[in-house]
Amino acid sequence: MTRVFLLLVFFVLCNTGGELAMSYGVKQVGEPESFRPMALLRFVWTAMRNSWLWLALPLLAASFYSLLILFSWAPVSVVIPASASNYIVGTFGAKYLLKEDVSFKRWMGVVMVCLGVTLVLLTGKI
Amino acid sequence: MSHEHRLRFKTLAMVLLMVVCANTGDLMLARGMKQIGNVVISVSGLQHALWMTVQNASIWIGIAFLIGFTLCYMTAVSWADYSFVMPAGAFGYAIQTMLAIVVLHEAVSAQRWVGVTLICGGVLLVGQTKPNTTNIGVLPS
Repeated sequence: MTRVFLLLVFFVLCNTGGELAMSYGVKQVGEPESFRPMALLRFVWTAMRNSWLWLALPLLAASFYSLLILFSWAPVSVVIPASASNYIVGTFGAKYLLKEDVSFKRWMGVVMVCLGVTLVLLTGKI
Repeated sequence: MSHEHRLRFKTLAMVLLMVVCANTGDLMLARGMKQIGNVVISVSGLQHALWMTVQNASIWIGIAFLIGFTLCYMTAVSWADYSFVMPAGAFGYAIQTMLAIVVLHEAVSAQRWVGVTLICGGVLLVGQTKPNTTNIGVLPS
């Protein structure tokens, strides 16, 4: 059980860190011009030249592979609820690293979502 | 429609698409990894697991959906705050519950209903906040 817990912590840190780095990088790149395949490819190409995206990729790859290992070590109904803490960790990251204005209402929403996700997934069905 | 309302609407629509891709991707990955079996943490064990994953069709379908999820996610956070997009994505659990009732005719426990209500309430609260509180395109490198 200890190895599952340690890998879960590793997964949450890598996943949140990767998403925050990607969000910061994408904000620098800007939005896609349209949803045509060429415009999306241009968007991805521009994003690939952003250093924050290159920080995000290995973190997200590590979180992806740790998730695969977790799926093989523990039931999905155990792995997914524990990852609900991503919402709280991510919101702290958004406030202090991305300098987003997280209002009281948004915090309440995040806490409700986190509790709700935990309750839903503790029923053992996803 | 004001700029803020339009931004909120298109972000939530993108989040919905993101949720569909993420759920399908996770489901396919879980299916693929169950087919592969337990991963042993050693050099040979990881090499074997890597070789098995690249040969598994479910894993590749899962990866395709997760690429779709990444594109939707990148688009959504280019429009709105990370702390707006991320919790809104939890709406997927409410959709899963509705699908379980309508498609699979499953009985849903009271605990799950409370959870879904909390998620919907939370997403509703987050959805009422200003979608973008930072200035797009002026962040320092």
